[in-house]
Amino acid sequence: MKARVLLFARLKDLAGVSEAEVEIGEGLTAADVFRLLQGLYPGLASYDAPLAYAVNARYVSPEHPVRDGDEVAFIPPVSGGGTCTSR
Amino acid sequence: MHIEVTAEPLDPQRAVELVRRDDAGAVVVFLGVVRDHNLGRRVLYLEYDAYPEMARRVMRELAEEAMGRWPIVDVAVLHRIGHLEVGETSLLVAVSSPHRAEAFDAAHWLVDRLKERAPIWKKEVFEGGEEWIEGELPSPR
Repeated sequence: MKARVLLFARLKDLAGVSEAEVEIGEGLTAADVFRLLQGLYPGLASYDAPLAYAVNARYVSPEHPVRDGDEVAFIPPVSGGGTCTSR
Repeated sequence: MHIEVTAEPLDPQRAVELVRRDDAGAVVVFLGVVRDHNLGRRVLYLEYDAYPEMARRVMRELAEEAMGRWPIVDVAVLHRIGHLEVGETSLLVAVSSPHRAEAFDAAHWLVDRLKERAPIWKKEVFEGGEEWIEGELPSPR
């Protein structure tokens, strides 16, 4: 089974890649796939901020199962918009 | 409804034209702009990264939700990505409605939700360094 993984922002810098095809085992969750990537790209091991997950461009829980052919994105806290804050 | 994630400069006048209708007496336009300082640092420029397909989906879903919550006539949500200089517009939200109150409310709500949910990130390049800004952690729903 294979999944396409996408890394953004700080995760992309830490891994040194923005996307990859990875071989995944049966029954892995989105969080499991991130742990697998931390083994493949040691720079990711130091990532300690919260993380959100998306499978096929929809937010999912960390426990969401990953299937063959899925696109799994790892989403650090987002910061779109201008430099404006609500304060 | 008009949704865009683009590396091209955003034009507020074009957004107004996209949402303006003869039955809408109000058009509210919000611009999110690159500020020259943040966290006590002098900002040189910003680099925006995005998951464009998903950002478009999130923006579309939020625009649809806004159209269900308020009697809005039309909505445009545009986000720029890539390299942005101080003073340039990164986010543009335009809402038209028959009366002003709902256009203000819907635009405010949309900007807040977009900043919480759209998979878009900015790297701040300031005097002496650079840093990815990490704001809100989106939750599944």
